[in-house]
Amino acid sequence: MNQILKFKLDGVECMGYKDQYITNAAAENGFYIPTLCNIPGVKPRGACRICNVRVNGKLMTACTTPLANGMVIECQTEELKDLRKAIIELMLTEGNHFCPSCEKSGNCELQALAYRFNITVPRFKYQFPERDIEASHPKLIKDHNRCILCKRCIRVIKDEQGRNIFAFGKRGNRITINIDTELANDISDENARMAYEICPVGAILLRENAFREPIGKRKFDHVPIGIEMERFHK
Amino acid sequence: MEKKVVATSSLAGCFGCHMSLLDIDERILELIELVEFDKSPVNDVKKFSRRVDIGLIEGGCCNEENVHVLKEFRAQCKVLVSVGECAIMGGLQAIRNTIPLKECLDEAYLNGPSVKGCNEESIIPNDEELPVILNKVYPCHEIVKIDYHLPGCPPSADLIWNALRALVLDEKMEMPYELVKYD
Amino acid sequence: MRNAPIIQDSAMIESPEIMPAKSKLQHEVSTILEHYQHDKTRLMDILIDIQDENGYIPAEAIDYLSHELNISTVDIRQTVSFYHFFSETPRGKYTIYLNDSAVANMNGRKAVSKTFEKEAGISFGSVTEDGLIGLFNTSCIGMNDQEPAALINGAVFTRLTPFRASEIIRDIRAGKQVEEMFVASYGDGNNSSEFIKAVVNNHIMKRGPVLSDQFKPGEGIKEIVKMSPEDVIKEVKISNIRGRGGAGFPTGLKWEFCRNAADQTRYIFCNADEGEPGTFKDRVILTEKPFMLFEGMVIAGYAIGAKEGILYLRYEYKYLKKHLENALQKIRKLKLLGKNILGKKGFNFDIRIQFGAGAYVCGEESALIESAEGKRGEPRDRPPFPVEKGYLEKPTVVNNVETLCSIVKIIKNGGEWYKNLGTKESTGTKVLSISCDCRYPGIYEVEWGFSVNDILDMVGGDDVQAVQVGGPSGSCIAPNEFNRTLCYTDLATGGSLIIIGNHRDLLKGIILNFMDFFIDESCGSCTPCRILTVLLRDKLKKIIEGRGVMQDLEDMEDWGKIMKANRCGLGLTAANPILTTLKNFKNLYLNKIQINKDYDTGFRLDEALREGMKASNRKVSVLENK
Repeated sequence: MNQILKFKLDGVECMGYKDQYITNAAAENGFYIPTLCNIPGVKPRGACRICNVRVNGKLMTACTTPLANGMVIECQTEELKDLRKAIIELMLTEGNHFCPSCEKSGNCELQALAYRFNITVPRFKYQFPERDIEASHPKLIKDHNRCILCKRCIRVIKDEQGRNIFAFGKRGNRITINIDTELANDISDENARMAYEICPVGAILLRENAFREPIGKRKFDHVPIGIEMERFHK
Repeated sequence: MEKKVVATSSLAGCFGCHMSLLDIDERILELIELVEFDKSPVNDVKKFSRRVDIGLIEGGCCNEENVHVLKEFRAQCKVLVSVGECAIMGGLQAIRNTIPLKECLDEAYLNGPSVKGCNEESIIPNDEELPVILNKVYPCHEIVKIDYHLPGCPPSADLIWNALRALVLDEKMEMPYELVKYD
Repeated sequence: MRNAPIIQDSAMIESPEIMPAKSKLQHEVSTILEHYQHDKTRLMDILIDIQDENGYIPAEAIDYLSHELNISTVDIRQTVSFYHFFSETPRGKYTIYLNDSAVANMNGRKAVSKTFEKEAGISFGSVTEDGLIGLFNTSCIGMNDQEPAALINGAVFTRLTPFRASEIIRDIRAGKQVEEMFVASYGDGNNSSEFIKAVVNNHIMKRGPVLSDQFKPGEGIKEIVKMSPEDVIKEVKISNIRGRGGAGFPTGLKWEFCRNAADQTRYIFCNADEGEPGTFKDRVILTEKPFMLFEGMVIAGYAIGAKEGILYLRYEYKYLKKHLENALQKIRKLKLLGKNILGKKGFNFDIRIQFGAGAYVCGEESALIESAEGKRGEPRDRPPFPVEKGYLEKPTVVNNVETLCSIVKIIKNGGEWYKNLGTKESTGTKVLSISCDCRYPGIYEVEWGFSVNDILDMVGGDDVQAVQVGGPSGSCIAPNEFNRTLCYTDLATGGSLIIIGNHRDLLKGIILNFMDFFIDESCGSCTPCRILTVLLRDKLKKIIEGRGVMQDLEDMEDWGKIMKANRCGLGLTAANPILTTLKNFKNLYLNKIQINKDYDTGFRLDEALREGMKASNRKVSVLENK
């Protein structure tokens, strides 16, 4: 039986378990802390930085920080809301995100967050980087234009021998996520589908799968991301 | 109350945003009570006759004429609004921004499957009446100051309506979740 | 296709005639793999050996490694492509890495690089067609007091001039070995020893306890064999020494956390990845005090209960490898390293050297650990801290070179003695790397508490516009702040001071270079560090070009705040060059912006039309016609 811990989130007394990450504990207490690179159940990475909260005054990523007794966590302050909004805007301008032509539109978590944060135009200049589309793999298409480098695919998708099918290439602003050509040729249907589904944006696509849901029936057409977790609206 | 004056234009756009404006249906009668149009394709007025209150810009800038019109709008409009994804981020045209211009033009006029062999003198259109194409497609706010942005491809009629009403009546604009969409 | 790899394997076994014979390269890689016992976590060493042997890492080698180590090629490539000194294409029989730091540029790098390009007939970032010469830029190589400097096949060439550059290319074409190309005598101290033989100078201008000539090997270890590990930690805590790399965490406390960790297998790392531009003191310590440093590691190992120490050394200092390995051999002979040190039963400790391959971020302790495990140097999320879960998931202490040397003196003379040096909060001495516009650049060991003015007096800095304290990640301060003191409570620093004269163009010559440096060196993991560094650099460029407006200055200040969302020290400080100059040199910015405009995105129609006019072969545009 896990030890029960008390913590405070935006002034509300909450309870959680030892070794639970802040994001999960918050969700169980009815709070949504926006995340993008995080997938519950998979070792977190803290790559996107959207879930930054103040823990006892110090900025920490909620997805990677385990709960400790008596933590005082601030999440929905003006400072943090703008910080998150800025990070989403950075992502929107870093890649080439042409929502009208993207099959993930409506189901895209980056877009959904942008909706949630009411972004009409990013404060940063669009970068329009030159990026490739890898369409030579039998089951998957990797569209580097849309990749936000969240590392979900790298962390989750492995072959039967535990080898990485996805991995980073280069570093800094030249960084990419690449597919192993050989392993992608042999990728199982389940793995291919999982790669498509865990990609928060339209950077990993399944062949012969586009535009299955009409506008109006997609995940974020009518309800904001995270609403299912929220008991206390701020 | 004196009617506010509105001007609109479509730069590098598809007129879809203007269509969406017309999608306000019967509210167009209410709109006509509130505003009158100056330069706009809606009434086919080609030139500004005065300084106007609100300018609506559809489309981004892909050639020098777009830049010229946009700058004129900025000079003539008290409030300038980018309407739709093209005005806000270049839109689908801006996909060419990730490809060198020369390559795009060669594909379009010299090497593309529909033109190959047809352009014997290998001419990329250069009539002096044609505006020169820009090195890339620019969002409007990367050229002049834009006061408000209405996202969508196109922005829904409701969003445009809410925005116009708020601007005309000087009210706070309502932006319910369902109205702010990028597709 | 579930069983595909197995089918392939069995097919090979059943029909040996189709198994291709091992190529020369595969043989070579096999030997390297055997040397490292096919240990995946030693991938860095394996790749370094392949790179050094071939001048690059051939695709065939990656395929072979993938097969032998059972990791995917994309996985190997994520390590390969992370590091500056790894390359998948040949970099030339002679590879010239010319330092591109701000200080190199201030000392005439441009003329040198132009001569290299002219004489070699290629531009930087490429290799001559015959594969003879490769020209590449590289971040600070730790020679700021003797710039411009370059690494040529690992050997250091300092104080380059255009004349020297053309001589070097001429010598290369004449087929000379790199060592035959030196024209000056070897540097002072151990730089002339048979194991280094480098034309590099120490420039030790002021000695203190760390750089003192009084050190005798074993003087610290002799003390600790009489003490319990807990007492060693206690003594270090009494001294109140804090980490000398820059972050300033109390060393004794770090050791105690590690000692208290449950896991019994623990590691001590010495961080010799000195990458902060303008810092070169560790290079001098490694050259002159290797015994002292290794002794510091032994003491730390004893205190925390580690059996293995690893010196993580930046690739740029590979010319010190033989020297350091020789020192390790000698220390082993003295029974100060190895089994039952100084006859104390069970006191076993040994040290190996782990090379990096060109990544500033690996100076961050968790990135350093990742790198030592054969991975990309991406900083880890904390918690857990390295003292709980570090190298190979075991409790690990990472200490700076200078910290470990200071420890030897603390153990010999006592924590109380050390505590009396420096100031109350910042005890002991600090080895400073001082460079650029002063009469006596070099290494100065001073007690904490010196003011910037004191230092300028000491080094002969007269006509000073600014001092960059702590390298690009630190602060750029103006004369009105030169009364501030070096200590953890005021100007904390890893020890780099770049003195910038009044004749310099601070924004264009230095700050822009610093921003480019961070862009190159970001690991790319955190969103703001990856993107915002570029956007801030672009704003700065815009301002330098005279296209900025007041809004740009406000944007830079606001956007700078977003950088606090990053994970590691690099990301947290990468906007500092702009933020600290915006604060301390606001006038430089105000003088550059347009006062008659409040909105300018930098767009210029004539520039935007140039490409289209050229493509359609037009001389004038429509608007110009009218």
